[in-house]
Amino acid sequence: MNQTATTWRFGLVVIATSIAAIAVACGSNTNSRTTPVPATAATPMSASLAGKITVFAAASLTDAFKQIAVDFEAANPATSVEFNFGGSPALVAQLDQGATADVLATADQKNMRAALDKGLVRDAGVPFAKNRLVIIVPKSNPAAIASAMDLVKTGVKLVLAQQGVPVGDYARQSIAKLGADAGYGAAFSRKVLANVVSEEPNVKAVVTKVQLGEADAGIAYVTDVTAGVAGDVTMLPIDDQFNVIATYPIAITRHAGKRDVAQAFIDFVLSDTGQGVLKRYGFISVN
Amino acid sequence: MGWLFAPAALLFVAFLAIPLAALAWRALNSGELSNNLTSSLVIDSLRLSAVTSTITLAIAIMVGTPLAYVLARYRFPGKAFVDLLIDLPIVLPPTVAGVALLVALGRRGIVGEYLDQWGLTIGFTTTAVVLAQLFVSAPFYIRTVKAGIEAVEPVYEGVAWTLGASPLRAFFRITLPLAWPSIVAGAILCWARALSELGATLIFAGNFEGRTQTMPLAIISAFDSGASIDVPIALSVILVLAAAVLLLLLRVVAGRARFAV
Repeated sequence: MNQTATTWRFGLVVIATSIAAIAVACGSNTNSRTTPVPATAATPMSASLAGKITVFAAASLTDAFKQIAVDFEAANPATSVEFNFGGSPALVAQLDQGATADVLATADQKNMRAALDKGLVRDAGVPFAKNRLVIIVPKSNPAAIASAMDLVKTGVKLVLAQQGVPVGDYARQSIAKLGADAGYGAAFSRKVLANVVSEEPNVKAVVTKVQLGEADAGIAYVTDVTAGVAGDVTMLPIDDQFNVIATYPIAITRHAGKRDVAQAFIDFVLSDTGQGVLKRYGFISVN
Repeated sequence: MGWLFAPAALLFVAFLAIPLAALAWRALNSGELSNNLTSSLVIDSLRLSAVTSTITLAIAIMVGTPLAYVLARYRFPGKAFVDLLIDLPIVLPPTVAGVALLVALGRRGIVGEYLDQWGLTIGFTTTAVVLAQLFVSAPFYIRTVKAGIEAVEPVYEGVAWTLGASPLRAFFRITLPLAWPSIVAGAILCWARALSELGATLIFAGNFEGRTQTMPLAIISAFDSGASIDVPIALSVILVLAAAVLLLLLRVVAGRARFAV
C-alpha cells in the first residue's frame, strides 16, 4: 500500500519535472544579448518580414555584427537574429556536422569555398567587408617591441591564431612577405615562427593573451582592438606591402529555414547602414 | 517495477552508448585511422599527455598522501576550510581554474609577477600544463586517500607504536598497506582527470604542439583547423580507450579491496 503511494508520488514528480523542463526549453529561445540600443532611427523596411534567423559568423565580427543585428531588428520588429561566433573553420565544421544556421559569414574566401564544396551554402557568397592585420603588444610592452623587425628578438613570446583559422593563415603569409624583403633578412620568417609560444583557436583568444600580458606580442585584425581592449594594448602597424587584406564573404546556408529574413539580413549588412557600422568598428567597406 | 523503469533506463543507456559507438564507427570507416594515429599531431600530443599526467600523478602522491593523512587523523583549527578548499576544484569548471592560475601565476599575477622578475615564467610551458592538471586532479586523489585512511582504525597504529615502531614506520608498515586500495583508486581517478584536462590548460598554458598541446587540446585544434574531422575522431577514440582501460583497472582494484576487507 505504502509502496504504491510512493510510486505514484514519484510518478507525479517525474511528470511535473518533465513539464517544467519543457516549459524552460520553450521559453529559453530568446537571445540574452547585452548590446546597446539602435544607433539609427527605426524605419521598418518590410512589414512582412518575420521570424528568427541564426547567423554563424567569424569571431572578428562579434562586436560589429551584434550592433548590426540591433539595427536590423529595429528596422524589422518581427525578426530576431541569433549568433554563433567562432573561428571560421570551426563554424564550417559545425555546419558540416548538422548545426542549423541561416547565414554564414567567414573571415576568408577559403573557408567559404570549403563550405560551398561541402554543399553547406547556396553560393560562394558576397564580399561585405575587408580587414587588415596589426601587431599588438601589451601597454607595458615587456619585450620592448617597436616594429615588426623586433619580432625576431630571441625570447619574444609571440601568439598567433592556429593554421586553418583565417587570421592565423594571414599572419603567417604576412610574416613570409616580411621575410621575403631584403630589409628583414632571410632568417626572419624562421626566427619569428620559432618565437611562437601558443597557437590559439580564434583571434579573440590571441587578443586576450596579449591583453593579459601573458604574451609579448600577437598578430590580430585592426578591428579586434576594440574600445574595451584599446586601454591594454598598443597597435604596431604592418606596412601595406607586407599586410594581408582579409575579405569577408557572407552567404545563405543550404538548409536556411527563413530565407527571406536571411536575405534581408545580408542586404542590410551590404546597405549603407550596415557598412557604416562595420566602418565604425574598423572594417574597410567594400563600397 | 522493472517494466515501468526499463524504457527510461534503456533510453539513457542508448544516450550514452550511441555517441561512443558513433565515434568508433566513424574512426573504423574513415580508413584514415592508421595514418592519423601516426601523424605528428597525434604522437606529440599523446607523448605530452602521458608525460604530464604521470608527473602530475607523482606530485599528487608525494604531496597529497601526507595531506590526506593529516586530514584523516588530526583535528586542527581551519580544518573545515582546508576540506572545502580541496573539494572546490572538483566542482568548479576547469576554466575557472585556468583563470585563477593565470591571475596567480601568470606574468601579471600576484605571485607570477615576482617569479617573472626572477626570470621564471610559467605561462606557455609544460610546467604550466602540469600545474593546471595538478590543480584540477589532485583533489580527487586526496579525497579518496583521506577516506581510505579514515577507514583504517587508528588503534592499529597505536599498537605498532607500543611495540616500538616509530610513527613513520607504523605509517608505512600498517596504515599504507591497509589503505592501499584507496590509494590506487585515488591515483587512477587523479590520472584520468589529468588526462582529460582541457579548459585550465588552454587558458593557462596555451596551445603549442609538443610543448603544451595535450590530447584534449589537440582534439580542439584539429576541430578548429578546418582539416578533416577524421583527425579529432581518431584522437577521441584513443582517449576513450585510455579512459576505459583506467576504469577497468579501477574496477579490479575496487573488487580486490572488498575481498581484502
